[in-house]
Amino acid sequence: MQHVKADKAMVPPGALEVSAVSHAYDRKPVLSDVSFRIAAGQFTVLLGLNGAGKTTLFSLICHLFDVRQGVIRIFGHDIVRQSKQALGRLGIVFQARTLDLDLSIYENLAYHASLHGIGRSAAKERIGAMLAQVGMHDRLHDKVRALSGGQMRRVEIVRALLHRPPLLLLDEATVGLDIQSRGEILATIRTLVATEGMSVLWATHLIDEVDANDHVVLLHHGRLLADGPVSDLVAVTGAEDIGQAFAVLTQSASQAQEVGR
Amino acid sequence: MMSPLESDIRVSDNRGKRLGFGLGNYLICFYGIVFREALRFLNQRERFISSLVRPLLWLFVFAAGFRQVLGVSIIPPYKTYVLYEVYITPGLCGMILLFSGMQSSLSMVYDREMGSMRTLLVSPFPRWFLLVSKLLAGVAVSILQVYVFLAVAWFWGVKPPAIGYLFILPALFLAGVMLCSLGMLLSSLIKQLENFAGVMNFVIFPMYFASSALYPLWRIQEASPLLHKICLANPFTYAVELVRFALYGQVDWRSLVVVVGCSLLFLGGAIFAYDPSKGLLSRRRDGGGNS
Repeated sequence: MQHVKADKAMVPPGALEVSAVSHAYDRKPVLSDVSFRIAAGQFTVLLGLNGAGKTTLFSLICHLFDVRQGVIRIFGHDIVRQSKQALGRLGIVFQARTLDLDLSIYENLAYHASLHGIGRSAAKERIGAMLAQVGMHDRLHDKVRALSGGQMRRVEIVRALLHRPPLLLLDEATVGLDIQSRGEILATIRTLVATEGMSVLWATHLIDEVDANDHVVLLHHGRLLADGPVSDLVAVTGAEDIGQAFAVLTQSASQAQEVGR
Repeated sequence: MMSPLESDIRVSDNRGKRLGFGLGNYLICFYGIVFREALRFLNQRERFISSLVRPLLWLFVFAAGFRQVLGVSIIPPYKTYVLYEVYITPGLCGMILLFSGMQSSLSMVYDREMGSMRTLLVSPFPRWFLLVSKLLAGVAVSILQVYVFLAVAWFWGVKPPAIGYLFILPALFLAGVMLCSLGMLLSSLIKQLENFAGVMNFVIFPMYFASSALYPLWRIQEASPLLHKICLANPFTYAVELVRFALYGQVDWRSLVVVVGCSLLFLGGAIFAYDPSKGLLSRRRDGGGNS
């Protein structure tokens, strides 16, 4: 027993630890015993078809819903018991647009800064600098309504980073964007991981957003099918690439479920 | 060429930092929520105008029409026979608070559907603090509307004692907290924006008409003992009476107790409903990330 404790003490907490998490809506299970870990400074793709349970998992990680079964920790902080510590370390880009269309970019970002207790002058400084970095400093006082989909996403990414979180969650962040905007946003996030050591959980159903060096967590019908580097998944399934590996894993899981019924 | 988005956004790592919020941080958060609510209100000029037009129509048209029929005899807090416009004014203040409270409920349902509610709920500040701040922001906006209405009513001849304008402030605050809390509680029960029409028909209109806002309770009792009982069970009646007495520099203790009690009840219910561990939202499924 002591040996186990000593081992645990030596392992630094992961950026995100999801342990045996299950969730149901009105007794209908949507997540079943999901466990995975994201190491600090790692880009992880949460891959799954529509309805796989990605958004529910996101809602649990950011404590919109309570974790009733299992545990979620962010840098060692339990999202339920230490939600302040955990949420303060988390930046989130939701799938649906969450900017207030009737307010300006600055007003939206300043509002977010205040929700993290950041004072006006510090917020102003950060907003100016970060918008400049995404090439939108000249749009500071434009209404969000006037922005394109890609520009709104950039603002949402800036907003998610405004309180300088070490872990960033993005739920289908490129849905509805053109190929160029998708590429730019993905490149930005990968740059953050490479240069800043940021940890990222990137949820998507688009295989072409997965890079050969990524770590993949594969969800299917609320169950974890795979968790590991792309190369391992490809090797284990005997596939040629991640797309094929994804198809093999999801099809065999669906067949197993059919047989089980 | 590197696209603007590929440039490096500097992110400080706060892994090791303790996130302790002091009073200053709480004030920043509170101010941010109130400021956003005020901005939204100012940006929606139609909302401001319609919130004033409704009670002013009642004052200018309805009350003027009923003036000859419905003079009100001497009942507390009035020391003389009063015109119907004078009687109805506290009820119209209550109407502004009621509609504003429900409007804030509508805006919460809208925020939830549009997703901006989530940005509030994932803040590291305690959930109860965020909801109370949002509620107080809504109350502040509705109090502002009441004062603008009272200023217009003054030119129409409704002139309560000057001290009343000061006394009415805590009464408006308490009544506003009660009605906004009710709105917040309702917003947790409404699944879609379209269902808000039900709130209009089943909450706002019954609450308004089955109260002392338009007629004194003794008159209602004469007309229908059942309706009188319903009015007595309606918390909005007490909100109106609290405002009415305060406008004349008096305190109606029974109304004060009922309004404070209902505020605590509704607010507790709203905080419960929005609590991820207990509330109703986590039992609800919305695809594609809407929660």
